[in-house]
Amino acid sequence: MTLAFDLILCLMIIGTAAAALLLQNALAAVVFFIVLGNLLGLAWLAMDAVNVAMAEIAIGAGVTGVLLILTRQRLNALGDDLVSAELPGWLRAGALLACAGFTAMVGSAVMSVPPADDLGGSIAALMPGLGIENPVTGVLLAFRAYDTLLEAFVLLGALIAVWSLAPRVAWPHAPAALALAEYEGHDVAAAFGRLLLPLALILAVYLVWAGSDLPGGAFQAGTVLAGGLIIAAIGGVISWPRADDFYLRVALVLGPAVFLIIGAAGIALGRFLFYPPGFEKAFIVAIEYGLALSIGATLALQLAGPPVAPGRKG
Amino acid sequence: MTMLLHIYPLTGVALVGLGLYGFLILRHPLRQILAVNVVGAGIFLILGGLGRGAASTDPFPQALVITGIVVAVALTAFGAALILRVVEDERAPNDAAAVKTTEDLT
Repeated sequence: MTLAFDLILCLMIIGTAAAALLLQNALAAVVFFIVLGNLLGLAWLAMDAVNVAMAEIAIGAGVTGVLLILTRQRLNALGDDLVSAELPGWLRAGALLACAGFTAMVGSAVMSVPPADDLGGSIAALMPGLGIENPVTGVLLAFRAYDTLLEAFVLLGALIAVWSLAPRVAWPHAPAALALAEYEGHDVAAAFGRLLLPLALILAVYLVWAGSDLPGGAFQAGTVLAGGLIIAAIGGVISWPRADDFYLRVALVLGPAVFLIIGAAGIALGRFLFYPPGFEKAFIVAIEYGLALSIGATLALQLAGPPVAPGRKG
Repeated sequence: MTMLLHIYPLTGVALVGLGLYGFLILRHPLRQILAVNVVGAGIFLILGGLGRGAASTDPFPQALVITGIVVAVALTAFGAALILRVVEDERAPNDAAAVKTTEDLT
């Protein structure tokens, strides 16, 4: 039964990926990509990796999907119809051959590695010292906290990179509004946004708190927050702040800053990113709440795009 | 039996191959970014799937994959913004000229 499920799921994953890549229609391709993200979420669930399943569905399918649809719409508005020119047949055949060869090589390399959770045991042995029970949160915020700290700065850096693309006249105004133009369904979108944003806030707070012991955590919570903000922006309930808004800047920097300060304070106790014994959970949860807020704001603004000059539609 | 244990990593390999092929044959940059995301998803499946033990999946690759997913979306957002800026500059030379004049005035 499980084997049949795994097989069918894997075939569907490969099929939707092929559709997302090979369909001529760009919108259809993006829709298949979103389906692919959700199926991958199911695959992670089947592998008992609930933390990854949540991140994959929320970010891989959700945020990336909205981002691709939005970019397609903005490109269409600029007169780019996203037609991908046909390559000559011999080039396609060559690419197919090269990729098939590469895939076979990677496949044989993968088959030579027996699947095993080698580190699971040693991580489980270290978890009681942290006072939390979710081993993935333990790896992210304690054992490999260095990676997560750098990642927080990568996210911030990506937003700065997006902002740096703004034309000079646009800086430091707000990004283009996502609000749909007036149409019949507009009230529905607005009411939905008004309803969803507070729910997303509550869910984000819960996900960070639960993430200590159960699946969840700062990244999942941040994405839920970003999702709520994006839906509210599409409904026209909120408008994007100016890029030099003080509170916005605080929200963007809070998570990485709290993480860095707590990490640097650890030097006084022996080494960078060292949590004082007995207070591990308190520091981890504090960092996670800061990170969730910053990740939510950063993701939503990355999706909104660079600032545009006032009076222009995006 | 090894085939069965490897089913998710092998699916990941298929995604890497498909994504790479798509990246090569698709000529629009937004479609190529989508292809890069498919390659990324495949790599995540290989990474996570090879950490799948008898009872559970290794939390270490899980954490790496979560980190990877977030970095992938940041990369996609930056790529999309870059494409939009390039197309904007290509398609609207008049607008660019207008921007220049406004700059001269201010």
